[in-house]
Formats: sequence, C-alpha cells, structure tokens
Amino acid sequence: MNLRKYLQVYKKFLHTSLASELEYKTNILIDLITAIFSLIGSIFLLSIFFQNNGYIGGWKFEQALIIQGIYTILNGITNTWFNPNLTEIVKHIREGTLDFVLLKPIDSQFFISLKKINPSGFLEIMLGFFLLLFCIRINQINLSLTFLSLSLITISCSICILYSLWFFISTTTIWFVKTWNATEVLRSFLYIGRFPLNSFSFSLRVFFSIFIPIAFITTIPSEVFLGLSPLWKILLEVIVASIFLITSRKFWLFALKFYSSASS
Amino acid sequence: MIFNLINRKIFTLLKVQYSNMLEYRVEIALWAISGIIPFFMLNIWTNNNLNESINISDVMLSRYFLCAFFVRQFSVVWVVFSFEEDSLMGKVSPYLIQPLNPFFRYFAQHIAEQITRFPFALIIALFFFIFNPESIWIPNLGILLLSIVSTFLSFLIQFSIQSIVACLCFWTEKASSIERLLFIPTLFLSGLLAPVVSFPAYVKSWIYWTPFPYLIDFPANLLSGNETNISGGLSMQILWIFLLFPLFKKIWSEGTKKYTAMGS
Repeated sequence: MNLRKYLQVYKKFLHTSLASELEYKTNILIDLITAIFSLIGSIFLLSIFFQNNGYIGGWKFEQALIIQGIYTILNGITNTWFNPNLTEIVKHIREGTLDFVLLKPIDSQFFISLKKINPSGFLEIMLGFFLLLFCIRINQINLSLTFLSLSLITISCSICILYSLWFFISTTTIWFVKTWNATEVLRSFLYIGRFPLNSFSFSLRVFFSIFIPIAFITTIPSEVFLGLSPLWKILLEVIVASIFLITSRKFWLFALKFYSSASS
Repeated sequence: MIFNLINRKIFTLLKVQYSNMLEYRVEIALWAISGIIPFFMLNIWTNNNLNESINISDVMLSRYFLCAFFVRQFSVVWVVFSFEEDSLMGKVSPYLIQPLNPFFRYFAQHIAEQITRFPFALIIALFFFIFNPESIWIPNLGILLLSIVSTFLSFLIQFSIQSIVACLCFWTEKASSIERLLFIPTLFLSGLLAPVVSFPAYVKSWIYWTPFPYLIDFPANLLSGNETNISGGLSMQILWIFLLFPLFKKIWSEGTKKYTAMGS
C-alpha cells in the first residue's frame, strides 16, 4: 500500500521534472556532446599513462577501461539523480522552503532525493554501458549468471555508497548553510575513481578505502568483472554499503532536529 | 582627472568585493581544496615511475604539479555562472544603466576572490612540502614575477573566453552548458592532469596553436623551472588575449542591443 503510494508519487516527480528539463532541448544536446568528449578525454589521459608502460598498478590498459566504464555509469547516475536533487537541499535550507517539504505527508528524504531528474545523464549511463560491453569483448569475459548477478550487486552497492556520500555532505548544509561547494570537493575526490586504486601510493590507498571509500565504488566492481575479486571483498562491499545507507539516514533524521527554518 | 576617477572606481569595486568574499571564507577554502586533483595525478605518475619515459625527475614533476595547482587556483573563472544567474533573475538590467560595464564588477569579484584564496592555497602548499620535503625550492625573483604575469595572462584568457560564452546568455538563457563543454578540453589539454610534454606526438603537433597549453602548462613550467620557451609562451598568451578581447567587445555590443529584460 505504502510502496504503491511512493511509486505513484515518483511517477509524478518523473513526469514534472522531465517536462521542465525538456524545455531546454539545445541544453540537452550540448550536455550530450560534453559527455562524449569527457569520456574521450579520460581515455586519452589513460592512454598517456599507458603509452610507455604495459601495466599501471597491475592493471592492463584493457582492464583499466572497465574502471572507466563503471566510473562513467556512476557519474551518469550522479548527474541524473544525485547532483540536481542534492544541490537543491542547499536552496531549500537557505530559502527556508524545507518547511514545505517537511510538512508534506511523505518521507522528507525520499522527497528531496528523488524530486528532480536530469535526462542528459542518461546518455552518460548508456556510454558507460557500451564501453563495458566493449570491455567484456576485448577482455574475453564469459557471461554467466553468477558473473551478472555479482556485478549487479557490487554496482548497486557502489550506487548506494555514492548516494550516501552525496546525501551526507548535503545534510551538513543544515549547520553550515552554504556548502554546495563541499559537494565540489567530493566531486574532485571522486575523480580518483577513474583509476585503479593500486596505482596510488599506500597512504592514499588507505585514505581512499577508509575515509572516502572510492576503492569500493569503482575498483571492486571492476575486479568482479575480471573475476579477480574474492568473495570476502564483495561481502565487505555489501556491508560497507549498508552501513553507509543506514548512517546517512540516521544522520538526516539527527540533522533535522537542528533545523530551524530561515532567519529564525 | 579621468584617470583618478577610474582609479577610484576600481579601488571601490575591489574593496566591496573583497569584503563580500571574506564573508564566504569557508566556501573559498573548500574551493581551494577541490583543486587538489593535480596532487592525485602526481601520485599516479611517481608511484608508477611514468615520469622516466618523459625524462622528468620525480622532484621536477612534483614541482610541476604543485605549480599547476597554484596556477589553477589563481586562474579559476566562473563569470558565466554569475552572469547567467544575474541575467535570469533580471539583475542585469540595473547594471546596464550604470555607467560601468557590468563585467568590471565580475572582474573585481574574481580578483577579490583570488586575494581571499591566497592564504588557503599557501596552507595547502605547506602541507604538500611537509609530505614532499625534497621538492622545496625557491624560484628566483625574475622567474617568480614572470610566472605571476603569465598566470594573470592565463586568467585573462579564460576570463575573456568565459565572458564571450556568458554573452551568449543574451540569446540562449542557459549558456553555462556551453561552458561545461569548453571545460572538457581545458581540463584534459591544459596540463592540469598531465604535463603537455607527455602528450603523444599526434596531439603535440597541433596543441601549441590552441590556447590550452598556455592556461596551465606554460605558467606552471615557468614557475617550477622546467624547460619552456618563455618569450614564445608569453607572446602566444598576449596574442590570444588580443584575439579574444575584440570578439568579446563585438558580442557584448551585439548582445546588449538584443537584450530585453525578462518579461518584456
């Protein structure tokens, strides 16, 4: 019953935000070209790293492309859902319109996390998907049911971690008001996700597995693709993802206690 | 007399914008932190011994990336985003009545932000030296002055390009997506992520004719003491400014003729 209500509300969200975004048609076209160039640029950068070396952090060029593919998909998801919605939180809090969200007979986290959608990110998701298909061919990966389900599980865990990170930072706005550039800091850290974790020095590797778990976001799913990932890593990713989801939820509810509308 | 008046205008603008920027110290500190990508790139380069193939020692490369960080910090431009917001909100109309081109206002905003940003950039550099004590160096005064000039020229090039894009707001309303498109070649070709020397020959053959290597690679090479053609680089920077500035004036005069306030 409850689920059906939420699904219906989400359908309305989709409808309204798609309608408003499609008013800027040229904008979507430009975003599309941007996504293509961005992928070409990162493959170009990767090719510079590999031009005189066969391996980077134990990864071949063909294998590193898988990371690029997964990164592109996740970046597309970020641009489609996380970025437009969670930057909106800042606006809600600064202008005090979060009141209206809180008064609605619907979960506030659901509302502010899914209200908007940016269709130009879809293309990035598709680009990443095609790159992954291409990688499956050049790396001669056998498609089997376990492979598919394991990669699906790890990628959805990555999405959860990514969402929680974004949501966590946006939530801090309740105290600091103007933090939309904190998401910019997160964005620059996430940039690391384009490269295999092993190509960094030990201290950075520790930093990126504990504080900002970028290791879990792209490297583990890529390892699953190559069949290199032991089961404990996958389990660890599932655990980390659920911890992140639960804490971000708890943190939001905690932060709301400190919310006191604008200028009060 | 006239000179005095202009002088006073500039001074007042700077003062106003500087006090405005000081209110957002934390925000600017976060912006400064979000620019640390060059250090991650450095980590990949040195950790995988990629620099051996391009004949740059570890120390020189780390200086290069530190300088790239600095140059980027003081050449960040966001005029298109400010202008887009102002023109959508109808704030441009009162600016147009004043006997001062609104772009002076944005220009002063950027300069004031750079002054505010300076201590944060220094703190980040200090941390960099703590972790890499062997890369400490003191550039001689002449080089330091020249690189400050070339960083400023790089800022001017980017400011002109973005101002041209911003003027497109008179026609399309959402010009920031064009800026995001232009940011992709800036990111990958300017030398922020990899020094231009390391680019493959098929890119190096034409890249020096574009403005990109003069945005970060040239000033960073100059400051870090890596090999570079000083007079050639500076004259290319000046050439690009002379090409872009008349274009901006033209598009500005065309645009203001076309401008109608929102709702008219």
